[in-house]
Amino acid sequence: MTAHDPKLSADHSNDISLYAKRKGVFPKAIDGAFRRFKWLVMAVCLLIYWGTPWIRWDRGAYASDQAVLIDLGNRRFFMFDIEIWPHEFYFVAGLLIMAGIGLFLVTSAVGRAWCGYACPQTVWTDLFQHVDRLVDGDRNAQLRLQKAPWGPQKIGKRALKWGLYLTISFLTGGAWIFYFADAPTLQREFWTGTAAPVAYATTFVLTMTTLIFGGFMREQVCIYMCPWPRIQTAMLDEKSLVVTYKDWRGEPRGSVKSALKAATPLGDCIDCLQCVAVCPTGIDIREGPQIGCITCALCIDACDKAMADVGRPRGLIDYCTLDDAEREKRGEEPKPLLKTIFRPRTLVYLGAWSAIGLALLFMLGQRTRLDLSVAKDRNPEYVMLSGGQIRNAYTLKLRNMETRPRTFTVALDGLEGGAMFTDEMDAAAAQRKLSVEVPSDTTKPLRVYTVLPRGAQPAEFAFVLTATDKEGGTDRSETTFTTAQGNGR
Amino acid sequence: MSKPRLDDATGVETVGHEWDGIEELNNPLPRWWLWSFYACIVFAIGYSVVYPAIPLRNTATAGTFGWSSRGDLAKEMRAEAARTAGLMAELGNASIEQIATDPRLRRAAIDGGRAAFKVNCIQCHGNGAAGSVGYPNLNDDDWLWGGDAATIHRTVINGIRQPGNDATLMSQMPAFGRDGILTADQVQNVVSHVRVLAGEDKPNASAQQGAQLYADNCVVCHGAVGEGSRTVGAPRLNDAIWLYGGSRAALTQTITNARYGVMPSWGNRLDPVTVKMLATYVHSLGGGEEAPAPEPAPEAVAAAPADATE
Repeated sequence: MTAHDPKLSADHSNDISLYAKRKGVFPKAIDGAFRRFKWLVMAVCLLIYWGTPWIRWDRGAYASDQAVLIDLGNRRFFMFDIEIWPHEFYFVAGLLIMAGIGLFLVTSAVGRAWCGYACPQTVWTDLFQHVDRLVDGDRNAQLRLQKAPWGPQKIGKRALKWGLYLTISFLTGGAWIFYFADAPTLQREFWTGTAAPVAYATTFVLTMTTLIFGGFMREQVCIYMCPWPRIQTAMLDEKSLVVTYKDWRGEPRGSVKSALKAATPLGDCIDCLQCVAVCPTGIDIREGPQIGCITCALCIDACDKAMADVGRPRGLIDYCTLDDAEREKRGEEPKPLLKTIFRPRTLVYLGAWSAIGLALLFMLGQRTRLDLSVAKDRNPEYVMLSGGQIRNAYTLKLRNMETRPRTFTVALDGLEGGAMFTDEMDAAAAQRKLSVEVPSDTTKPLRVYTVLPRGAQPAEFAFVLTATDKEGGTDRSETTFTTAQGNGR
Repeated sequence: MSKPRLDDATGVETVGHEWDGIEELNNPLPRWWLWSFYACIVFAIGYSVVYPAIPLRNTATAGTFGWSSRGDLAKEMRAEAARTAGLMAELGNASIEQIATDPRLRRAAIDGGRAAFKVNCIQCHGNGAAGSVGYPNLNDDDWLWGGDAATIHRTVINGIRQPGNDATLMSQMPAFGRDGILTADQVQNVVSHVRVLAGEDKPNASAQQGAQLYADNCVVCHGAVGEGSRTVGAPRLNDAIWLYGGSRAALTQTITNARYGVMPSWGNRLDPVTVKMLATYVHSLGGGEEAPAPEPAPEAVAAAPADATE
């Protein structure tokens, strides 16, 4: 893949400047199969982005009823029926790895489909370009207005357009914060000025980035800022689908009229420049695969329409692998699409991706909702009591990950003849088994003293945590009992 | 200095300097860089006016904002004090017994007491409150002057044998050997008897002789079977815990020269809330006792100053 970029190779023969001034891109409206698919993807993406925080999910009286909530303050992540604690962050790490491998998979199978359809930069740029058309009219009207001197009409239109940009940007930046707090409450606080300062700061920053990236920088983000196009050149191979101009069929190009006059027969390309006019990044696909091409396939729609108008078969510009391009050049049949997509490389990616997904699901099913950890006092390691008994102290952490209070028992396993009491009990009431209520979604620290009678020897034993409700569950933590003779290890 | 000229290779003008044939191209700094640089200068001037900047002989210019890192700290401390003010007021108004029965206040007092302990008490009682020879272990269930919360509170306020404090806990063991009350042999016999009381040795002839000496000299404070007396802070002798050591040598030293452990009175060093938190913390270390049934006069007298400081 050669990085042949019209912006970089503008005609300055001796100029070695690395800076290229942006040429405005005024893509023409087009309708077609891929455009409709893009509409659909855009609608789904925007709906998910704006709608998700408002989905409610009943979790009972003790937890938020927001379906998707990243509760940074309490360090909890809620996603429908799943609640992730900080120590379970590997689930999120797993999802990120899946997202990474998923991108490899998609790229090796269907090329830069992510760039062309689902990337937020693409979705919002597309949205802003529709605003352009709504306010200024289609490509030609936009070009005219761009060249027109500043007058009341142009000022009015620009004000309207940039106002719409700002509105969309504000809605975009503002929607982000609802993922991090209860959406209806936060909205009320936001408008009454009582929300946290970070909510306003986040909204402001994301509004500005949306406005600048989507409204003004657009394809420059893809071409100059985004690392993904560079990474993808290493991931695409000769079997990946890329948007291809079939030059063996199109060249030499020429209009229908000139074809009639020409001595030798011309190719199918009528040089109508519709593929260039509709391109949202302003490139000419006929120059071959290039870094500016996000494979949105709008040029395919444009070319198909032109071919239909002049009565030639569709697909002069089409999704095509480099292998198939060679094959078609030689006049052979291209490989079937399914065989192209499901080849060993993509199947390996798919396998890795599914394996991680299944492993995550398995772990999700296996995880317990309670946890016990024990920290033994080291200063002092043991205490001699008046009667010669030895006492050790521990800090237990009882973790209840359910969104309701639970009653646990803490019991001694081992430590024969020993008993324990907490710092809220009388030493005389020491027992071998304690009952503790732990509030919903909480880690409760518990100070526990264990006592062995006179003449005690060092020992190893365990605390056992058991839930008493019908869901049950148990956890244990090994520790030691220290005397003057050591700690039993 | 030659004249500026256009460089053939690059098409850029030279600045006109030339050193042994090496010339400098006139590629000025980018404008954004230059303007950032000017902005930094302006910022630096403003900064040195409003913040401490220019070093003088013994100090530095203060700056018009009056900022100092010490002031920052003071501000943070004030903010923290304001944050906990309500809780502190509640702790101040509650009696030590009320704190013990209110789980929320008790938790707060334990946390605050732990912090105050680390600053004021660990020098003698140790980081884990385990004490050392001569300094009582506060984790155990052996208390010289009493282990219920109110008594610990009183002890912390008034200290032990603190000179100049009339309310301090006061008692003094005679130096039996040094002052000639007992001979060296008699001291050894008393040592034997005390070790028998403590269960360290089997009864023997020396201890039998010591028993009579003990009855004549020691029973008043340490009790007939060595049970001690909290009224005068006389240690229990018949348990497993020794404040100054239970070996013959240590006991000989104790009986010959006596001991005179001192703890400062904290009532006039720390504020009443901190003292209350300290007492609650020490009481929570595992050996704290329930408040005893109402005691006769001596306890009440000693407790009176504690109320006065609140």
